[in-house]
Amino acid sequence: MRHARVERWSHGNSVIHRRHAASRILATLILLVCVATLTERTPAACGLYLVLLVIAVVAARLPVFAMLSGASVVLPFALCFALVITLAGDPVQAIMLVVRGYLSALAALLLISTTPMPDLIAGLEWLRAPAFLLQVMQFLYRYLFVLIEEAATMRQAGMSRAGSIRALQFRQASAAAGVLFIRSWARAQAIHRAMVSRGFAGRIPTFRRMKFAPADGAFIALAAVLISGIRVVFR
Amino acid sequence: MSLIVEVKSLCYTYEDGTQALKGVDFELEDGTTVALLGANGSGKTTFVHHLNGILQGSGSVVIDGLPVTEKNLREIRKRVGLVFQDSDNQLFMPSVIEDVAFGPLASGMPRAEAAERAKQALDRVGLSGKACKSPWHLSAGEKKRAAIAGILATDARLLVLDEPTSFLDPPGQRALGELLASLPHAKILVTHDTGFARTLTDDAVFFEDGAIVARSPIAAIVHRFGW
Repeated sequence: MRHARVERWSHGNSVIHRRHAASRILATLILLVCVATLTERTPAACGLYLVLLVIAVVAARLPVFAMLSGASVVLPFALCFALVITLAGDPVQAIMLVVRGYLSALAALLLISTTPMPDLIAGLEWLRAPAFLLQVMQFLYRYLFVLIEEAATMRQAGMSRAGSIRALQFRQASAAAGVLFIRSWARAQAIHRAMVSRGFAGRIPTFRRMKFAPADGAFIALAAVLISGIRVVFR
Repeated sequence: MSLIVEVKSLCYTYEDGTQALKGVDFELEDGTTVALLGANGSGKTTFVHHLNGILQGSGSVVIDGLPVTEKNLREIRKRVGLVFQDSDNQLFMPSVIEDVAFGPLASGMPRAEAAERAKQALDRVGLSGKACKSPWHLSAGEKKRAAIAGILATDARLLVLDEPTSFLDPPGQRALGELLASLPHAKILVTHDTGFARTLTDDAVFFEDGAIVARSPIAAIVHRFGW
């Protein structure tokens, strides 16, 4: 799923988008905990969580099919582990692993599709998440694409000389990965120099201040009742 | 006119043993502009990194009457605004306005005042419509202007621009030249582009092998060194 599309979605103006980022993060966390504790005895709960997520997607005015297919990006990874568990003789657990993985991915995708990254970071800060973790998130978000661009440039350079990417040997590809690491390191040093020159002293100051409204509290309460209610009823 | 930069006998050696600066003496009057010319590796960038304490060699560097020492670094960094060659290194916050407000906030300015400063600075560089964009959505010229806005939002009195025209197309270079010409700050331009430098100043120094070997009008340097 293209990042630009998710970012465009995150700037929407639905009833979900208008909620305080912290309320969406909390609702997602509650859902993730409940989904993580699902067992093979609770197939109805899995279905209801899926329905709940689809309702939230519709309420957020996001394209349902694109969201459902976007969340399937985790399936190859989940299926790998599921295969191992199946071979170990527990196919039901394997299915549950895939279901839990898919529901969690859909919940996370819904969160980032309704929350611009700066708001997400501000929401986590509001929830008193560790500052170091937030800085890592912030830098990852800012520089991931710069690094992807650098990797793409190196790939093009390699292809232009090798004819095709398939012609590149494993040894050359691993050497290129090493060069990318060194470039990333050099860039990290350059960024640090720029930060220090602008007064960075170990802490990135907060710019955004979001107001927590009564409607945000009501949203968390409703989400908590619905999500944990399903888990309690179908335990 | 008072001196904004006063450097005496500055020497610096990198950890790998490369002697990058060999006794540099340099002065700049407040409100004036100078171009630093010289080949790659001649010491220009190493020199400007000493002006706000990113690097600290032997000798003396005084900015606006304040020696560049550990004790004064916070104040020095408020007064010297470095604009790096690659704007991607400089714009590290998730949105343009947050990045521009970073300097004022880091210096302890209240949030509302920092936001106001950031808006004014973005307005000045013609980027007020891009305030909420992610820096990676900007063009190279816009990134450069956003980086300059980040400096204008602070109380910097000296602008140091490292290769300001790199990554910019000719219209972007002209727009940047017009913007810089409109700023009253003292400016140091590290550049290979003598044409661009001439739009802002006629004063230039020439670096060679870690030392300043000439200070004269740009035309004279071009003639003397075949630049």
